[in-house]
Parts: sequence; structure tokens; C-alpha cells
Amino acid sequence: MKDTPESRVIDPGLDETIKKLTPEHIERVVQHVLTKENAARLKVYIDTCVHCGLCAEACHTYLSRDCDPDYSPVGKVKNTLWELIKRKGKVDGEFVKMMSRVAFTECAVCRRCSMYCPFGIDIAYLLMIVRRICSLLGVVPQYLQDTTNSHAVTSNQMWVHQDEWIDTLQWQEEEAMSEVKDARIPLEKEGAEVMYSVIAPEPKILAQLLGNMAQIMKVAGIDWTMPATDGWDNSNMAMYSGDFEVMGRVERLHWETAARLKAKKIVMGECGHAFRGAVYDGPRWLGWKFPPIPMVHAIEFYYDILKSGRIKVKEKFKEPVTVQDPCNTVRGRGLGPKLRYVVNELCENFIDVNPRFEHNYCCMAGGGTINCGPPWKRSRMVSNRVKAEQFKATGAHIVITPCHNCHSGIEDVIGFYKLGMHVKFISEIMVEVMDVPDELKP
Amino acid sequence: MPDASNWDWAVEKKTVADLKQLRDKFKGVHEFVVSPDGEKIAAPVVTEENSFTAAINSDTWPEMVELLWYLRFLPDGRLTALVRIDDQWTLMVDGVPWNERFEYAWDPRPCASGSAIGMMIKRDFKYGIAIDDKVWEEGFDGIRDYALSPDGSRAAATVQVAPLAEADIFAFSEGVWSIAVDGKAWDKKYLNTWKPIFSADGSKVAAEIRTDICEYSISVDGNDWNDRFGCVWEPLFRPQNGSVIAPVRKDGFWRLAENGKTIWDGKYNQLWQVKFSPDGSRIAVIASPEYGRWTIAVDNAPWKRIWEDMVLEPHFSPDGKRVAAIVKEVNRWTIAVDGNPWGEQFDMIWDPVFSPCGKHIIAKAERNGRFMIVADGKPVGPQYDALWDPIFSADGTKILLKYIENDKYCRQVVSASDVLG
Amino acid sequence: MYDFARGPLVWIAFAIFFGGSVYRIISTIMLAKKDKVILPYMRTKYGLRSIAHWLIPFGSRNMRLRPFFTIMSFLFHACLLLTPIFTLGHIALWQESWGVSWWHLPDTLSTLMTFIVVAGGVVFVLRRLSDPTVRMVTSFGDFVVVLIVIAPFVTGLLAYYQVFDYRTIITIHMWTGAIWLASVPFTKIAHMLFFPLTRAYMGCEFGYVRNARDW
Repeated sequence: MKDTPESRVIDPGLDETIKKLTPEHIERVVQHVLTKENAARLKVYIDTCVHCGLCAEACHTYLSRDCDPDYSPVGKVKNTLWELIKRKGKVDGEFVKMMSRVAFTECAVCRRCSMYCPFGIDIAYLLMIVRRICSLLGVVPQYLQDTTNSHAVTSNQMWVHQDEWIDTLQWQEEEAMSEVKDARIPLEKEGAEVMYSVIAPEPKILAQLLGNMAQIMKVAGIDWTMPATDGWDNSNMAMYSGDFEVMGRVERLHWETAARLKAKKIVMGECGHAFRGAVYDGPRWLGWKFPPIPMVHAIEFYYDILKSGRIKVKEKFKEPVTVQDPCNTVRGRGLGPKLRYVVNELCENFIDVNPRFEHNYCCMAGGGTINCGPPWKRSRMVSNRVKAEQFKATGAHIVITPCHNCHSGIEDVIGFYKLGMHVKFISEIMVEVMDVPDELKP
Repeated sequence: MPDASNWDWAVEKKTVADLKQLRDKFKGVHEFVVSPDGEKIAAPVVTEENSFTAAINSDTWPEMVELLWYLRFLPDGRLTALVRIDDQWTLMVDGVPWNERFEYAWDPRPCASGSAIGMMIKRDFKYGIAIDDKVWEEGFDGIRDYALSPDGSRAAATVQVAPLAEADIFAFSEGVWSIAVDGKAWDKKYLNTWKPIFSADGSKVAAEIRTDICEYSISVDGNDWNDRFGCVWEPLFRPQNGSVIAPVRKDGFWRLAENGKTIWDGKYNQLWQVKFSPDGSRIAVIASPEYGRWTIAVDNAPWKRIWEDMVLEPHFSPDGKRVAAIVKEVNRWTIAVDGNPWGEQFDMIWDPVFSPCGKHIIAKAERNGRFMIVADGKPVGPQYDALWDPIFSADGTKILLKYIENDKYCRQVVSASDVLG
Repeated sequence: MYDFARGPLVWIAFAIFFGGSVYRIISTIMLAKKDKVILPYMRTKYGLRSIAHWLIPFGSRNMRLRPFFTIMSFLFHACLLLTPIFTLGHIALWQESWGVSWWHLPDTLSTLMTFIVVAGGVVFVLRRLSDPTVRMVTSFGDFVVVLIVIAPFVTGLLAYYQVFDYRTIITIHMWTGAIWLASVPFTKIAHMLFFPLTRAYMGCEFGYVRNARDW
């Protein structure tokens, strides 16, 4: 095993947990995942890969680390999955630790590489298999595992108690009322058009985003509700830690909550991975081909209310802005053009990034990487120099990040590379520039 | 189930309240609720001074509070709400607050008989349950869910029985969660416990448990089933003999298990929301016989008709012979009865209501923002601005409708034969 | 040896090639059913759309980022597939044995195309040795595959230019050709079988499911 700054990172989730592993247990879990949980894709992808290395330059970690072969997508697969297959699961704890580090902290499962592989091999899926094995072995970075534990207990990712959740909504409702008359956060309203769901950092640390939404909903005249029970959090780090049973449980509750409230659709806040969990991975594990109830991402929702004139702009945002295309809503939903429509409607001076749309670089916070916590932050930053260079080239002052992971990740990148920029959610700009009609002024 | 025998089934149509007057009177009027008998309509209202109370018909509760929400009628017609008084929370019942005050209180629920009401509470950084103004003596570090016994005398909750330091994944894997019954936790600790439920006589409690990363099972009064499964869903007691049924996942497929033994070995892609017929002899459950396809399985036989969007919980007719469920296809909702969907679809549909004889089904439905009654698949009568679930009289000859039309709330009794045709 | 190569070997090689290919594709599709989440999302339109973008030179961003490699790779693959089918010598054999024939390449062109295949193989090998990223994921088998693929072309050239003993060389040419054919389903060369499948699946996951492009 190579000695690198990354291999020396201390994380009890890896260092301590491997002490309990036995070779038999590792082998059993590896064989179970490789033969019982996976079939055609694993086999065909392994058989088809011609080791051409054309995926390498898709990866921001590879580019940012001066083309270090260990960071090419195929290199990560070689170091982990190929070895597991070759050795039929006969590997030791140190190997499991290494593959856990690679799969959880050096790959954000952003799927950009599958757009560069001539065969369209879903390399992120292969890394997810590695994550699944690590999860079943209990070797997951501590903070990510803690997030999954939170999901298992609370169905939200930050251990938010039920009373804290409701209390925060009530407080934010009051805040919103001071900005927009009669703004409300209608709780448990059966039959509303929209159930609005968010991720736990909103009530926990960014509560004003909930208040912002109450203002926007009021001005746009949307019939909406939020649940006062578990099931309000649409995020899903269990999906990324490889604990698919917990992932399924969280998603089931989310959808059943919308069905219980008789909502016609779910509108979700500015988060990318939550979209992936709620629309793709979660429903599929549970047995739904597509989400059982329509799910509208914030980008699309903002597009709709701007395009239809429900929200009018009083005066556009002046500072030069650029944008982060979140992998899970742009590569994962094709929302790039709508995102630009929204940004152009709200902002006067928009400078686009390059590469963009489906080809944009991941923020290196998604895929559960930022949830691996402080021990891995430096590694993440080193892994995303290209992101810093990409933003620097725009000359913008503000990076609009319609995704929580992107938001935190880009904030880290800006700080680490001293770019002197700021990040903002769309909703923060929208409440600033939207035209509040006189009758709604407090 | 509310006792409808004493209700006024004679009056045909009555305008109960003028909602415009209510709106003119208050700065804010929140969501309306109506009593089971339809005689009352209520809403949380906000005064010009930003204090809250509940308005019932043309009346209000005398006491003003700082905040009032979750206004709900109990099956016996009492009106309850969560209220904040002097920065403390409690439950108000018909305008009278409980004596006990809490740092926070939420999710009040009546027991099955309707006689008692419980809720989750937080006090002095500890969590617990309060039933009818009586609080569990012992508090816990956390609480997520609870259940009341059918008569409301007991409560069981998912509780955290030991503190957990931030990001302590090792203590978590040792188990800090359990089930507390009447304030006393089971001896055993688990990674997780979910969905406690009481037996019909209130003597036993079953719950989902998780004993390792991917080891799930069911525990009854702290006695775990022997087998471990890849996943489990909510358990349910058989009404007659108190045995426990739960969907369990094995080798990637779902089966139904009773007291730990597989009873349905149907290799379902998904199984959840088990329901018993009223006499407990039949089982209906939401099932996915193959990937992406959903239906209802009754006694291990899936309906032939499948839906790709969504199928909601099954409902048995009072005689247990028929099963109906809400289904959705291409984002249009309707009801399917014994596997046959109604011909018409709606923007939204509410739970099927069986006639006492079990022959007919009526339901509330929505189209283009207007609400209507659908009887055996056909929309009948006028459309309303708002509508509540229709209720049959005990003899099945009459139907009670509760609706809002032109800003007036009305209660109307119609002849069932008129509705059912 | 020559007679065997001229007779049964061809049969055996084609049988393994066709039989093996059909087997690999069908068994893969069967296995895809076990995966549950593949076949329900397959749509012809999006599958073909993705395949088309990756079969047209410079149809994807990755191809545009590396023009030399793209041109070389397309030439290599095109020549590899077309030359054996349209070489006069091969068609003459078909004519002799079965009485069927079709259009053939001018001699100079087929020779040039054969050189391109051999050169392409050499470039692949050099790339594997010189590029650290590719070298890291290269195994011994990857060189063997290149050898299997270019061997019939090298021997074809030797036979064409009558280097060494013609009969020996042509026998080796036939054997290497047979090995090449028979290897297709059971070595990395199987990527030619799986390309439409993996590409179509990804095209559908991106296009049909996610409303996005994968090129």
C-alpha cells in the first residue's frame, strides 16, 4: 500500500473498524455482494473495459492531482474492485481500509467518467459496489457513517429531533411574516398542491432558507405544505455510504408522507444528491421504476414560477455571478438550460463556466465526500484544483450553487484556493430581487 | 370509528357557518377542520394582536394563546389543539388546556376507541409520552415514534436509552435504542427500533428491530424472533390470536412471516402495509410481484391487474369479502376494487368508504381544483370548493356530506339510493 | 497444417466466433434480467442516439479533446473490420469454396489498410508503455490481445510481400486469423460485442431516464 498524505489520514471509521474484521468475514461479504447483489452490469463492465484509460481526463481528482494514475477512474477500479475479483475477496483489513478511502473520499460518484468512457461503463456504479462492501463490513468514514446512523434513527441526516423541526418551521414562519404579509409555512395541510421537502442542514444550520421559501411561496401564490412528522428530509447519505436498506427506509417514508398528505407533487429545495436519492436510487431499491409521485427540483420550480410570471423581478442582482452545475440535477436531469434561464432572469451579469452543462466538474463535496468530515477536507481540496481554476477564469464574484453539497464544497474550494468569491443559493438571490406586491408588504 | 348513531340523520341540508364572516373577523384564518358529525367547523384564527385561538362555527375558544396549531377533532367530537402559553406547550381540549406544560409537545393522537389522547413531549431535555394530561415518569434522551394501546391506557415508544456523543459510531453500533412501554424501556438495546404496535388487548408490544448493519428482525415485548433478515417492515398483531405478522426480506425478495416463520413464500419484489380483514381471517398487503409493478396481494394471491405509479393501503369491506385500494397510473388517481380499477380517474382521490353491507364504495375525489363524491366509480352530485370524507349511516340508507360551497360550510344528509343510483 | 487450416479450422473458427458471440450476448441479456433495473429502462431511440454519437468520429467531447488518438482509433477499428472482408485474396477463397464473391478493395488500398492496423496496434502498445495512467491499468493480457489482433495482419503482409516461405506464412496467417476470430467472444476483444449493449444502456440512463446527454 502506497504511503501518501491520504493514506495517513486518521479516521476511526476506518482505522478502528478494520480491527474487528476476519478474513472469512471479508471474503463472505465480498462474495455476497459480487455474486448475489450484482449481476449483468458488474460482469459486462469488467469484461468490456479494455483498460484504455480514456476515462482519466474526465475526473477532477485526476486532473487536479497532476494526472496521478491512482486517481483516474479506471485506476480507482483497478486498485479496489479488480483486486477483489482477482483475489476472490481474500484481502485483509488494510486493503479494506484502502478501498474504503478510495471509494468514499477520492471518488464522488459524479458519473462524469461514464460520459468519457467509449463504452459508457458506469464507473461510479463500480465504485458504489466497493462502497456497498465497505458498508456491510462496517468500514465507512466516521462522519459519513454517523450521517447514515442519523438517517436510520431519524430519517433525516443531522439528528434533528422532531420538536426541533417543527419549532424551527414555526420560528421561520414568523421571520417570513416580517418580510411578506401572511407568509406561512402550512404544516400538515392535507390536499395541498405541493409538499415541500428539504435536507436537514436547513433546519439545523441554514434555517433562513426555510423562511425564504415561505416568502417565495406566498408571493408566487403556491398551495403548499410541509410535514410535521419524519419524512420531511429528502436527503439520503445512506445511499452513498452503501447502506441501501436504510436508504430505502428513508425514501419510503418520504414518498409515503407525500401520499399521506395527498400532495400532487413534491417540490424539493436546492439539493442535488437528494434528487438522486428520491428520484432514482431510492425508488429503484424499493421497486418503483420511476418516483411514485412527481418530484420537482428547485431549479425547475424556480424556472416555472419565473417563466409563468408568478414571481416578477423588481431589479436584477448586480454583481457578476457564475454558476455551479450540480451533477445530480444537470448530468442527472438535464436542468442546465433551465438553471441558466433562472440565473439570467435574476441576475444582470452572468458569466458562464467552462466546461459546463453535463460536462461540468463535480464540486468534490457530493457523493457523500463532504460528509466524510474534517479528516478528509484537505484531500478533497487537493482533489479539486480544477474547480478553483474554472471559477477563477470567470472573474465572477458570486458562485450560484443550487445544491447544498455544492454550496459547502465550493465554499471550501473558494477558501482553500483564496478565490475571494462567495456562494449563494438561488433562493437567496430570489428573495432579494423579487417584486413583492404592495398588498403583501407588511 | 366515531359512533354515528346519535347524529342527526333527519335534517337534509344545513348551513352551519358563514366562513366569510369568520375571515372578516380575524386577521388570519388557517386550515379548516370539521367534526365527525359535521355539526362543527373549526380553524386556528389569528387576531390583530397576533394571538391565536380556535374558532368553532361562529364561536371561539375564550383563551387566547401565543400559538395554536394542529387543530383536530377527536372521534367523539372533542376539539383539540397544540398551544403555546407563556412559551410552554400543551394540549388544549375544547378550549381547556392540560395542566401539564412542556418545553415542546407534538403529534397528539387519539387511541383506537377515541377515549384517550396521547402525544410526544419534551421536558428538561428529556423526551417522553403524555396521555390525558399524565406524563411518563421517566424521560429519555430521544424519541421518534409511539403507539397507544387500543383503549388508550398504555403507550409504547421508540426511545433512546443512553446518551450518544457526537459522531460516536461505536456506541451506536452497540445499541442505544429500545422500546419503552408505559415509560419503562425493554432491557435490550438495538441499533434501531421502529414502529411499535400494541396487540388488540393491549397486553403485548411488537416492533421492528435492527441488530447489526444489515440484520433486521421483529421483537415482541423484547423477545426477538430467532431469524435475522435483510430488512423488515412494520409488524402487525393478528386480531384473534395475538400472533405477529411482518414483511421480511430474504435473498433479495420479500415474504410475509408470522412469529418468525415464513407464511407467504411468494418471492415478492416488495411487500408492505399489511392489513387484516375485520375478523382477522384474511390478509391484504401492498405488493410488487415484479420490478416496477405494484398491486394488492390478498391471501398470497396478487391481483392480476398491476399499476406502475403507486398503490396505497388496502381496505377491507366490513364483511371482509372485498378489498379496495387507491391506485395511480400515469399520475391519475382512482380506486381499484378486487383488482378492477374504476373507469374514471381523478387528480386526487381519498380513501374508499364501504357501505355497511359492503356492496358499494364511495369516496371524495378532486378534479381541476373542485371536489366531488364518487360512487362506485361514477362522480355524482354537485362539485364543491371543499369536501370531507362521506360517512354512511349505520343502516346504510343515508350518507352524510360535509362541504364548503360559496364560502359557506354545509352539512347535508342525502339518501344513499340517490347517490348510489 | 495448411489443409487443416484451409478446411476444418475455418469452420471451427467461425463456429466459435458466431456461436460464442451469440452465447455471450444472450447470456448477458438473461443476466440483465436478474439486475432488474436494466431492461425496463431500455429505449431504442436513446440507445441508438448514444451509439451514433460514439460511432461518428468526433461525436463526443472526449474524442474532440484528443484528435490524434481519435483519428488513429477510428482508422484502426475501421481497417481492422473492413480489410479482412474486402481483401481480394479472401474473396477469392470464398469464390473458390462457395462460389460467392463481392466487391473487393484495390490491392494498394488493402495493403495500406493492413499497415494501418499494424501501426495502430504498435501505437496502442507504445501508449500502454509510455502513458503512466494507461500503463498502471495494463495487464499482460492486454498485450496478448493486441498481438492476437495484429498477428493476422502482420502475417498477411508477409504473405503479400512473399517474405519467407509463402506456404508456411500463409498457414500461419490462417491460424492467426482463426485464433483472432475464435478469441472475439472470450477475450477483451468481446468489447466489440458489448459496445452496443453498454452504450445503449448508458444512453438510456442518460437520455430516457435523466434527460441528459452522454457524449
